[in-house]
Amino acid sequence: MTAKIQPSQGAPYARIRGVGGYRPTRVVPNEVILETIDSSDEWIRSRSGISTRHWANESETVAEMSIEASGKALADAGLSAEDIGAVIVATVSHFKQTPAIATEIAFRLGAGKAAAFDISAACAGFAYGLTLAKGMVTDGSAKNVLVIGVERLSDLTDLTDRATAFLFGDGAGAVVVGPSDVPAIGPSIWGSEGDKSDVIAQTDSWEVFRAGGQPETGKFPALRQEGQTVFRWAVFEMAKVAQQALDAAGITAEQLDVFIPHQANMRIIDSMIKALKLPEHVAIARDIETTGNTSSASIPLAMERLLATGQAKSGDTALLIGFGAGLVYAATVVTLP
Amino acid sequence: MAATQAEILEGLAEIVNEIAGIPVEDVQTEKSFTDDLDVDSLSMVEVVVAAEERFETKIPDDAVKDLKTVGDAVDYILKNQA
Repeated sequence: MTAKIQPSQGAPYARIRGVGGYRPTRVVPNEVILETIDSSDEWIRSRSGISTRHWANESETVAEMSIEASGKALADAGLSAEDIGAVIVATVSHFKQTPAIATEIAFRLGAGKAAAFDISAACAGFAYGLTLAKGMVTDGSAKNVLVIGVERLSDLTDLTDRATAFLFGDGAGAVVVGPSDVPAIGPSIWGSEGDKSDVIAQTDSWEVFRAGGQPETGKFPALRQEGQTVFRWAVFEMAKVAQQALDAAGITAEQLDVFIPHQANMRIIDSMIKALKLPEHVAIARDIETTGNTSSASIPLAMERLLATGQAKSGDTALLIGFGAGLVYAATVVTLP
Repeated sequence: MAATQAEILEGLAEIVNEIAGIPVEDVQTEKSFTDDLDVDSLSMVEVVVAAEERFETKIPDDAVKDLKTVGDAVDYILKNQA
């Protein structure tokens, strides 16, 4: 017989309760990048908007940076680690396949019994994690969920590749997603376009090393991308996705206070603003200038900085969009913590 | 109705002016986008997308690589417009 199963009971809605970030101590200016590529500070700035980025040292591991960012997010939320029911870590630069780094982070934070797992959704990783967390809070599988975006992309950077050597940075950003009486995370517009899986990718698979062979590039795997193709997709296709997220949330551009796109490239950000026709009053995250592209960490890091500098305030309505290798994307409208 | 060669050049000049701030009169068929007009690779993408909308055509990334001069772009659009 089919017995009656009790449904789970979740919160009516979910919200971001707190945000925290960690930026590695070493600040790397363009001059250092120019030691290994033939380019110029002016060229790097005009193509990417990046002047400095942070690179992690040996002790600033994926776990350490995550724990620092998470501690700040918990403090911002007024919660302790025991309040966390699940930990989701979005990353592409944790180099140990298993176990998930999320379990170590949960344990070391003091949330040892929390469900914990990693997700791989590149630069959309944080927005994917946020979507999962919202579902978990509203279906009752966790009361509070810690979502961490963390990267050490300096480990996946080819310092001799003119097109990408200057682009990437390291860091961690975290939010706590918990119950809410009012809707504070809108519908997610998310998806993938696997037909474009080669547009942004790791150069060689780890299998090349397992086989003892020499990788095609003769180097440790690194991230590479087809810049123009990515630019076109990011600006014009992602502007449509961002607009869909606004529409799905029932928010007009006039009602929007803050825009926090994945910090891929300043030119992409500027062109997206134009494509979306965002009004002047909308505060724009431009964290990339001093942080570089930190993939899954970029949105929470930018969110934290906007709030810390007073460019955005608690209760503001913000549009978030992550997009990257896959290709994958996710956009949603949130109330800032 | 399909645009003429002159209309495409005029439209392209307006687009390049709007996106890269190049005076309309400087956008001539023999001019190279990168070398003469200082239109970088990312601005070129914006020019291409704007041209696609204006002239109801598709210019795939593979084709963009071959559009060195304004004349190349005008010819491509002339041949491929809807």
